[in-house]
Amino acid sequence: MCLAIPGKIVEISSDNQDSALVDVAGVRRRIDLGLLQDDKPVPGDWVLVHVGFAMSKISAEDAADQMDTLRMLGEIDGAMQEVRGYGLEDVN
Amino acid sequence: MRFVDEFREPALISKTAEEIRRLAGTTRHYRMMEVCGGHTHAIYRFGLKDILPENIELIHGPGCPVCVLPMGRIDDGLSIARQPDVIFAAFGDMMRVPGTQGSPLEHKARGMDVRIVYSPSDALKLARLNPDKHVMFFAIGFETTAPSTALTMMRARAEGIRNFSVFCNHVTIIPAIRAILDSPDMRLDAFIGPGHVSTVIGCRPYEWIAHNERKPIVVSGFEPLDMLQSIVMLLHQLKGGEAKVENQYKRVVPWEGNRAALKAMAEVFQLRPYFEWRGLGFISQSALRVNDKYAEWDAERRFAVPGIRVTDPKAAQCGEVLKGVLKPHQCKLFGRECTPERPIGALMVSSEGSCAAYHSYEHRKAAMVSLSSIA
Repeated sequence: MCLAIPGKIVEISSDNQDSALVDVAGVRRRIDLGLLQDDKPVPGDWVLVHVGFAMSKISAEDAADQMDTLRMLGEIDGAMQEVRGYGLEDVN
Repeated sequence: MRFVDEFREPALISKTAEEIRRLAGTTRHYRMMEVCGGHTHAIYRFGLKDILPENIELIHGPGCPVCVLPMGRIDDGLSIARQPDVIFAAFGDMMRVPGTQGSPLEHKARGMDVRIVYSPSDALKLARLNPDKHVMFFAIGFETTAPSTALTMMRARAEGIRNFSVFCNHVTIIPAIRAILDSPDMRLDAFIGPGHVSTVIGCRPYEWIAHNERKPIVVSGFEPLDMLQSIVMLLHQLKGGEAKVENQYKRVVPWEGNRAALKAMAEVFQLRPYFEWRGLGFISQSALRVNDKYAEWDAERRFAVPGIRVTDPKAAQCGEVLKGVLKPHQCKLFGRECTPERPIGALMVSSEGSCAAYHSYEHRKAAMVSLSSIA
């Protein structure tokens, strides 16, 4: 829950500007952009994702650093599990 | 410094550690609190204590939302979920946290409809998928997760989804810091400020710590180098007799925070007059509740909540550990009655709690040392 997971914006929904497809280490999931209203990301931007919501924009370099940090903290599996869980695909 | 070689920039780490050693000298003892549970976890994981000189003592703060949640709140949430046609949805972190009659996972094994969600918006999705059921999201976290809960409730209201509610346990970090500073047995020199909470609240809310309490605070990232650099910045302030708020984590934390996130929180929540924290007791204005506008999505108003209070066993010394008066292993229960598998006290509950972190890493280290001495 407290993990900050970097994702790259792949596509923003045409019918909902607050919904975006992100790529996190090859896994694609839909996240919510509603908390970045003042500084909307565009495809290609990197964001830090908390519990399925983009919380801040970051540079590509910082995104790579953040993935390294998660790896070093032993939390990469937890992070990927969390990302796969967004959208309920693995639940029920 | 056995971990240094594994870091991304070992030369820079060594250089920064050297700088800390030089600044810290030998005559003065420094007590610094890292507020955030993520920092606590990282400090143990990276073995930062092995790098720091002995006269820099890190005190592990209250920033683990799972740890500080009173057991009675879990009982209250589960009692709502015992009513017919209610689905209990929560983050995975909550699933093994014990209530007096077992954890959510144990209740699931006994037949309760308990679902893990990774996002509050997925709890709302569950409500859309199950129109004949009521989905109660057990919300938890500091300002890092509270805006996401808020925005989800705004979506529920806008879409008119009425079979969804939030059992709100969101807490705010500033009053907890204030409570710690007000505690008579507390002696702290400086704070390592939380990283991700600050992406939301920014750096301004910490200014009173510097101005009124005359304690330096540096908002820090989570990498080993981030935390070491933050300690260098704190030492510079302490040695120069300064007390100000600095931001080491500028690449992620804007000074003003995230305005849209703060706006969402203000739209949905209001401060509770007081809230109980495990280990710290009642702290005034330290938690959020759902405001009247969103009453329909407030589980505490939609359902009868028993308001259970469970006092921690007297032998558990969580409060003393939280305030840095005791080290985790100095608690009478540590590692015997209280373990990560069967936690009794708050700080053993989550991997970000200082007792659990200490148990995982320090114990393992002790085992490694004794193994290597045999070999």
